[in-house]
Amino acid sequence: MIQTLAIILSFQLAGEITSRALSLPLPGPVVGLIALVLACILRPALATRIRPAATGLLSHLSLFFVPAGVGIVAHWDLLRMHGIGLAAALTGSTLLAIAAGAWAFTLVARLTGSEEPAALRDQGRE
Amino acid sequence: MSDPLLIWSYLAQGPLLWLTATLVAYLAGDAAFRTAGRQSWANPVLVAVILLAVLLWATDTDYATYFEGAQFVHFMLGPATVALALPLYDNLPRVRKAALPMLAGLVAGSGVAVLSALAIARAFGIGGPVLASLAPKSTTAPVAIGIAESLGGQPTLTAALVLLTGIFGAIVVTPLLNMLRIRDWRARGFAVGVAAHGIGTARAFQVNATAGAFSGIGMGLNAVLTAIIAPLALRLFGG
Repeated sequence: MIQTLAIILSFQLAGEITSRALSLPLPGPVVGLIALVLACILRPALATRIRPAATGLLSHLSLFFVPAGVGIVAHWDLLRMHGIGLAAALTGSTLLAIAAGAWAFTLVARLTGSEEPAALRDQGRE
Repeated sequence: MSDPLLIWSYLAQGPLLWLTATLVAYLAGDAAFRTAGRQSWANPVLVAVILLAVLLWATDTDYATYFEGAQFVHFMLGPATVALALPLYDNLPRVRKAALPMLAGLVAGSGVAVLSALAIARAFGIGGPVLASLAPKSTTAPVAIGIAESLGGQPTLTAALVLLTGIFGAIVVTPLLNMLRIRDWRARGFAVGVAAHGIGTARAFQVNATAGAFSGIGMGLNAVLTAIIAPLALRLFGG
């Protein structure tokens, strides 16, 4: 557990240093993610070693957003000032973006024949 | 026996109380989510945030004091992002096969997210720094804040808008895509990752492992593309 955490943190640290040194548009953890995928390709045993801890972290991904989420309260006045416009922009564009992204993905998957029957959702069940 | 007020003032200043409160609020949110039959409207982040907001208000605690304790949980966002490497690695052959659909979904989702947000806000007469703060709202928080700063936006407002977008996206994605009859888990996950970053990805993982893996990729790719298109789009809308 501690060993795995050290591995994951080392990749985050390396990502942070790379991102800042090369002033990449990506944050350190995302660079660390890419580096870790490459490391797993080169050494598949690494994937086996980090699996239990990584799965544990990801199964509670929602938890890690809570502290920043409470920050909404701190900006409540600012949000309320532009209330309706911001709410409309936020909800409208999120609905449109999800629909457009999913629709474009499925359309191109159909056109290029890269559909995957196994990835289809069971009907009527979530 | 000590005065309860003294005990309170001791606890309220240290990290223990607010760290514990964050974990308990999340567990309550998660329990509510399970009780509601894993329905998307019972989003665990939303429930936990509301519970903590009420608690902070009732105890007259400011956000900075709360964050002293909650920062340990907040810190874990970084390692959790790195851990997204594992589902990506597991799904590499499928990701390679879906390269073209992902490119299409990325350009459509990312472009529509930025352009429609700016267009709607402009129609409501919003401009200047608030418009710049809104442009990167679908991007994962650290990148969104960086983009907003470079565009002359307010980073703290961006952080709040990013979180609201994520929570809203995580709540609407299931009914919306059911209505549109999109059955491909890859497309469903990828689209919510692009439009609603990590909170959307957390929702995708709750529902399906394939959706979660593709959502994580969508989040990462959108961070790169938004950094490029947000300044151009903002210039278009004269922000």
